[in-house]
Amino acid sequence: MHLHHDTEPHGHHGAASGGGHPPVRPDGTRRALRVGLGGPVGSGKTATVAALCGALRDELSLAVVTNDIYTREDAEFLLREGVLAPERISAVETGACPHTAIRDDISANLEAVEDLEDANGPLDLVLVESGGDNLTATFSRGLVDAQIFVIDVAGGDDVPRKGGPGITTADLLVVNKTDLAPYVGADLARMAADARLRRGGLPVVLQSLRAPDGVREVAAWVGARRAAWVAHP
Amino acid sequence: MAATTSAYDPGPPPGPVPAAPRAALLVLADGRFPAGGHAHSGGVEEAVAARRVVDGATLEAFCRGRLHTAGLVAAALAAAAALGTDPVALDRAADARTPSPALRATARRLGRQLLRTARATWPHPELDALASAFPRGAHQPVVLGAVVRAAGLDGADAAHCAAYESVSGPASAAVRLLGLDPCDATRVLAAVAPAVDRTGAEAVRAALRVPESGTGALPAASAPLLEIGAEAHAGWPVRLFAS
Ligand SMILES: Nc1nc2c(ncn2[C@@H]2O[C@H](COP(=O)(O)OP(=O)(O)OP(=O)(O)O)[C@@H](O)[C@H]2O)c(=O)[nH]1
Ligand SMILES: [Mg+2]
Repeated sequence: MHLHHDTEPHGHHGAASGGGHPPVRPDGTRRALRVGLGGPVGSGKTATVAALCGALRDELSLAVVTNDIYTREDAEFLLREGVLAPERISAVETGACPHTAIRDDISANLEAVEDLEDANGPLDLVLVESGGDNLTATFSRGLVDAQIFVIDVAGGDDVPRKGGPGITTADLLVVNKTDLAPYVGADLARMAADARLRRGGLPVVLQSLRAPDGVREVAAWVGARRAAWVAHP
Repeated sequence: MAATTSAYDPGPPPGPVPAAPRAALLVLADGRFPAGGHAHSGGVEEAVAARRVVDGATLEAFCRGRLHTAGLVAAALAAAAALGTDPVALDRAADARTPSPALRATARRLGRQLLRTARATWPHPELDALASAFPRGAHQPVVLGAVVRAAGLDGADAAHCAAYESVSGPASAAVRLLGLDPCDATRVLAAVAPAVDRTGAEAVRAALRVPESGTGALPAASAPLLEIGAEAHAGWPVRLFAS
């Protein structure tokens, strides 16, 4: 259920620098688009990353950076799933504070992105997952060019109403695990309406990764962002 | 009653304002300076697990031990770099003074992160040259000294900054690891502050001997438990801090 087909760039575009790669490579092409995925613990960020890799890896050169709270779980899950070659996955250690590593001090993440490019050649897309944190954890624009906030229906259907910077300002809000709605008594229509209210015109996708090709709409959104990114060097 | 104007009169300017920069040092030494330090505990995570650090008093003992060993060496390296010693020679001296491979890797990673942030903060050709000479990162104190130069600060500033960092990192990590009262951790830092000053001064004296005597004049104090602990910590499957 894709509520808005709005793939126009939002926020500060091309602002990602922060001592990182300049937006344009020496050969004049644009560097990889960097997309952050944040959201509460267990909402389905890693599952979404894995599904996106599966959907996009044939057309795009991809890499993933994970930011775990205190383990390398996310990176290890992706390795086990075999969604990407191991040299395309890098785990950043965050000193128990993913929100610091993705927002306040992005130096380790920028380095991880740089090392992935060095190891794999020019990349088209880098997905940066933040370990499950709180509803206020958002990515620095110095690190990512666009961010996706992932919540799930099991976390309570009042989460969109409560808002917070992730819910209200992320370039895409994903409400995941819609398959669980009947079991947890979540009202999907209400979640969608509240999210729309909170987010002005910003897009919202409701998805279940248990459904075949459940990540389709998010993959299409990422693909459109990538096309828009390449089109304006 | 008629309104009176303020009696405050700043008077004529007091002559030339001293040129010594100071605020740049505050920017650099601020724990929020975004150069990756927040993910490192300076060995305190391992010490907490081994129950050597359990409260404010044991944290203070840990900090003093780290200051007088790793802190002194870092401060002297930073001061020497700030005074213009060849960073390649200093980086080799730092390697020789860091037995643990895990700590050497950490020092280079933090050096690389610091250099990235510093080049965006205080752009300087010497920093660009350092980045090309060490694409994978030089030891953090060596980079710190170069950054201090780029920021217009001096050798004493570099030494004090390195000495202070050697205790401030563990203190803030202990707050997260032990649930220590943040005021207790800050009190520890205040209690060791005079020792930080003395260490900084000792480091500068050593660095001043380098032009004549070479990097062998730099202190080589080491803390075996920090080195061993760092090796053990690097192998933990689950940890909060990267080092
Ligand atoms: N039923 C159902 N389960 C899902 C869905 N998406 C993910 N899950 C499951 O939810 C659990 C958590 O998913 P993850 O992808 O690890 O969540 P995360 O957001 O990465 O978690 P942290 O990184 O720990 O914050 C896993 O057991 C997934 O298999 C979904 O659409 N439906
Ligand atoms: Mg995850």
